[in-house]
Amino acid sequence: MTLESNGCACSTPTPAPGPGFWKSGGWLLAALPAWVALYLGLKPLADWLAFRVLGLQPGSRLGEAVAFFAYDGPKVLLLLGFVVLGVSFVQTFISPERTRDLLAKRTGAWGNLLAALLGIATPFCSCSAVPLFIGFVRVGVPLGATFSFLVSAPMVNEVALFLLLSLFGWRIALIYTATGVAVAFLSGWIIGRLRMEGHLEPWVMDIPFEASVATGGPSGLPARLAVSVEGVRDIVGKVWIYILLGIAVGAFLHGYVPAEFMVRFMGRSAWWSVPLAVLIGVPLYANAAGIIPIVQVLLAKGAALGTTLAFMMAVTGLSLPESVILRKVMRPSLLAVFLGVVAAGIVLVGYLFNLLM
Amino acid sequence: MKIEVLGSGCSKCKLLAERTEEAAKGLGLAFTLVKVTEYPDIVVRGVMTTPGLVVDGILKCQGHVPTVKAIQDFLR
Repeated sequence: MTLESNGCACSTPTPAPGPGFWKSGGWLLAALPAWVALYLGLKPLADWLAFRVLGLQPGSRLGEAVAFFAYDGPKVLLLLGFVVLGVSFVQTFISPERTRDLLAKRTGAWGNLLAALLGIATPFCSCSAVPLFIGFVRVGVPLGATFSFLVSAPMVNEVALFLLLSLFGWRIALIYTATGVAVAFLSGWIIGRLRMEGHLEPWVMDIPFEASVATGGPSGLPARLAVSVEGVRDIVGKVWIYILLGIAVGAFLHGYVPAEFMVRFMGRSAWWSVPLAVLIGVPLYANAAGIIPIVQVLLAKGAALGTTLAFMMAVTGLSLPESVILRKVMRPSLLAVFLGVVAAGIVLVGYLFNLLM
Repeated sequence: MKIEVLGSGCSKCKLLAERTEEAAKGLGLAFTLVKVTEYPDIVVRGVMTTPGLVVDGILKCQGHVPTVKAIQDFLR
């Protein structure tokens, strides 16, 4: 297997700025005012639709539910599209290969912390978990740091961060990020201290492996923008239905369920709610964008912050499909330790916040 | 020309395979397109993020799906 040795194998020749440039960048610039106008006009538009066009009573349950859905659905989708565009653009400058090289041979707790932090920004798709895991381990990234990255990447990503920020404010966004990084750091550090390198499937270390050069993303503004638009189409295309479903459930609960309803199940006084939320959340899989509308409902209906955070982390950070994939590289013993340690960390975060808040 | 698309079968891998086929046909090339889906076969090529595109044994790109035009530049 030969690899192109001269640096960036993926780069496309940069075209001279011309009509092509405006074709890829110009329409985005033109779309921005339309986006802002739509975003600002959503609330009156939703009220007009629910109370004028459909003739529902303001203040009635059905009327409020429909107005909530008509406002919140497009709002979250607009925000998501905007955020994913920006983030995808920034991520064309960051590659997993570069992250890997930064982490290689970095032993000790700093390696875990750096891995957990890099996990936030590095583009990651759970379908790449196996090759990424092997790529990390084989160039000498310590097992513990690899796990820190693997926990942090899906759990604390930029899309989750911006959605939390725009829907709940900076305090919850910051708490989620900080505790997510803490869970990733700690669980990776513990796994590292347990010295479980021998519990990998043998082929992981035996297979001939030659690290590829950092091919990076595309280069040149038009190509980067094209990839960013592609990212929006990919992510929004994948999650819009879950977001709308989540908001529909939310709208229904918003209109029909009393605000204190969740207090009994997910309130602070229900001590069993944190482990239960994690137990329910682990097998479920949704990415951060899909789970946030549900989180919004839970919080609005009286669920405790810690319990809700724990639920969200369990859904995004651990999942049955990902475990099945990871089983290909690790023995059941290591997989069990991984799931156990991360789940325990999440439960701890849940209790901590229920206690503090 | 031997073209390989590396990836375990996620939506991006399928998209890359479709675009690559379109790109190669657009150039009028004689080619075979192979989808490499088993993890060991992917890893052994040094690829860390899927999907990856390998043309005649040379890794051209990984981790994202280029446009048809960009793929044609890889194939030329």
